Amino acid sequence: MTRFIVKRLIEIVPVLFIIVTLVFFMIRLAPGGPFDAEKSAPPEVLENLEAYYHLDLPLHRQYLMYLGQLVHGDLGPSFKNSNFSVNELIALGFPVSLELGLYALAIALVIGLASGISASLKPNSARDYVPMSLAMAGICIPNFVLGPLLVLVFALWLGWLPASGWDGPLHKILPALTLGAAYAAYVARLTRGSMLEILSQDFIRTARAKGLSEARVVLRHALRGGIQPVVSFLGPAAAGLLSGSFVIETIFQIPGLGRFFVQAAFNRDYTMILGTVLFYASLILVFNLAVDVIEAFLDPRIREEHRNHA
Amino acid sequence: MRTRLLYSQILARLGLLAAAAALFAGCSEPQIKTLRVGNGTDPQALDPHIVQGVPEHRILSTLLEGLVDADRSTLEPIPAVASSWEISAGGTVYTFHLRPEARWSNGDPVTARDFVYSWRRILTPTLAADYAYMLHCLKNAKLYNEGKLDDFSQVGAKALDDRTLEVTLEAANPSFLSMQIHSAWYPVHQATVEAFGRIDQRDNRWSRPGNFVGNGAFVLERWVPNNVIEVVKNDLYWNAASVRLPRIQFYPIDNLLTEERSFRTGRLDLTENCPIEKIPVYVRERPDLIRIDPYLGTYFYRINTTRPPFDDVRVRKAFAFALNRDAIAHDVLTAGQKPARTYCVPEAVGYTCPVAIDYNVAEARRLLEEAGYPGGKGLPRVEILFNTSEAHKLIAEAVQRMWKENLGANITLVNQDWKVYLESQNSLDYQVARASWIGDYNDPVNFLDCFITNGGNNRTGWSSPEYDGLLHQASREPDPKTRLDLLAKAEGILLSEAPIIPIYHYVHPYLRSPDIIDWQTNILGYISFKHLDLRDSALQPRPVIRLKGPS
Repeated sequence: MTRFIVKRLIEIVPVLFIIVTLVFFMIRLAPGGPFDAEKSAPPEVLENLEAYYHLDLPLHRQYLMYLGQLVHGDLGPSFKNSNFSVNELIALGFPVSLELGLYALAIALVIGLASGISASLKPNSARDYVPMSLAMAGICIPNFVLGPLLVLVFALWLGWLPASGWDGPLHKILPALTLGAAYAAYVARLTRGSMLEILSQDFIRTARAKGLSEARVVLRHALRGGIQPVVSFLGPAAAGLLSGSFVIETIFQIPGLGRFFVQAAFNRDYTMILGTVLFYASLILVFNLAVDVIEAFLDPRIREEHRNHA
Repeated sequence: MRTRLLYSQILARLGLLAAAAALFAGCSEPQIKTLRVGNGTDPQALDPHIVQGVPEHRILSTLLEGLVDADRSTLEPIPAVASSWEISAGGTVYTFHLRPEARWSNGDPVTARDFVYSWRRILTPTLAADYAYMLHCLKNAKLYNEGKLDDFSQVGAKALDDRTLEVTLEAANPSFLSMQIHSAWYPVHQATVEAFGRIDQRDNRWSRPGNFVGNGAFVLERWVPNNVIEVVKNDLYWNAASVRLPRIQFYPIDNLLTEERSFRTGRLDLTENCPIEKIPVYVRERPDLIRIDPYLGTYFYRINTTRPPFDDVRVRKAFAFALNRDAIAHDVLTAGQKPARTYCVPEAVGYTCPVAIDYNVAEARRLLEEAGYPGGKGLPRVEILFNTSEAHKLIAEAVQRMWKENLGANITLVNQDWKVYLESQNSLDYQVARASWIGDYNDPVNFLDCFITNGGNNRTGWSSPEYDGLLHQASREPDPKTRLDLLAKAEGILLSEAPIIPIYHYVHPYLRSPDIIDWQTNILGYISFKHLDLRDSALQPRPVIRLKGPS
């Protein structure tokens, strides 16, 4: 298993290199530059700005310079937020996105697993149809609709929760619920499907015949297998959840990484785009690896497969 | 029975989670009187020599103070760091007397040398300051800024002693004092800037909280990018006794709907803007909360004059005459915007423009026929370019209909991402494009300068030696009345040659809590925070504002 993890970690390096190279050249193809503005600066100023950030050098030299910085872990200065480096902005935004993502993940798992398990225990009853219809709605309603709807009800009509901001625990409820809802819906449907399959298998009948309590049968024996598709889904989903959502962060004015990322793309803030893409890519690669490890832990067959391939 | 047991276990776990959340839940309302301001986009920096936008300027106006301030309603120059000044007979030499009690927030006195250093800094070519051009009115400043002069002592800014600053201009400039409220002219504390980097270092960290030394009515307390900037009263400010607000928080909220919801739920006392669809609802139900002020800005269409059919002035004028601006201002826009028959804002210029573009379909058709396109026949398809926005789209659709009905023109609409749209205009890769100009200071020359030949903001390919000559003449004219006459003539040429089509003059709609007292505004939207105060009721949580109209 250790060899498998080390091998996968080494594979990450060339993947990141390819991503950096592609993104570095692709963003330069996009029309417009970081210093274009409605009130245009005089040409001498623009020349000096480009010289300041080395944008006047040939592209290949800029690329090599960037790679040189990258080796030292330096993602460069942000063109837009000139008082902050890209490293600092990621360090500021990511913990917020991480916190929001963790709450959303918790909501997705608690609601998703509970309703999925509950539905699978009484299939084709009201206890199945109601949460599964809600789950379908949860998947269908985009978060830019759900967010303002929740704000309308809980902040503007009932006045229970704040409409925006990231100051105290109460501020975190609506964004986490909005971000977690769609994931909860997916988890519920995946759990229901796989639990139905597992619950009909022989070893479950044996467990029940041995007189184990229903809670023990479901939570210990059936869930271990039933949760596997959820784990596979959660790998990429967790990376998405934890790395922030631009839409949620904009609706609720949350200072997370998602907003920095999208604003960087709009502003053609080259170093910030590269920094955030690189960071997201690393995150996704690490999460996929984590999923593989957890799956191997849950399923001995996969463990065996890794041993043979490593 | 078994299932019930399972449920009770799940419920018990959920209950534990809820209890934990409730424990963490606390009250985060500020305990001291705090003005909470919605401030648009996140500021790019808090260095007055680097920044460009209104949000940055609003914060900096609390942290730094120039030689001269502006009256809150008339914008007339009033003393600030300079307690008095004299102007030479020719209007080119200003002698400022700095008040001895003016202090930096670290206790150092604010001296004339600080201003000389600050102006040298913004004019340093390698700092590449966007707004350095505002100081080009100083003698030799342009040469220094362009790297053609190395010796700053030849630039028209001299400290005669600690308290006397002599400023020499290239030519008499009646706007010179009014310009001083712009952050480009603000002083910075030399020792602090140099402690954190070079004079030309754009990422110099002197303006971070903890490092920032200012001379304004407030000092920087906290800055969390994309979240909040907090300033607190500066007890060392020379006029601290008159400053009543202990604290201001600026929230960067660029989504108008989020900002409006934050205001309604009591998180903001003042917004930067108001969503267009909410304006009629507030006007009808809560007129005490909404304000719609005139604003020094014009919305217009640029025309690419280098390509047919718009290389013919008759076609451009025909398109200009065929627009019913009243209908656009009243039916499409709903906040009381004023139809624009001129480019500069008429209330602000101080002259009557000799030319005004009226709605005149008969004249438009005649001009189009004269240009060889009777009833629009033979006229190529025309594209209107705008940056992606619902409001620009609505206006473009109205314009499309009017040009089709009045001129028989075949119009298509094209929207582009902001940077792509700017690039299309810069490279003259468009036919007609949406544009706007917001005044940096109250002088028509700030608007008219855009259209000098090959100017960076011209973007129409239009060039008129006569227009350039009039603006040059005006820049050297010491008599204010004659100067305004020259500018009026220049605007007349611009409108009669129609490289642009004015559509409406901006207004500034925003929401303001009744707790704010001593509020005064002006056409620049310049807010003097040091004069504001909040009622004691602002310390209590404000109830949610309920509206009957669409939420």
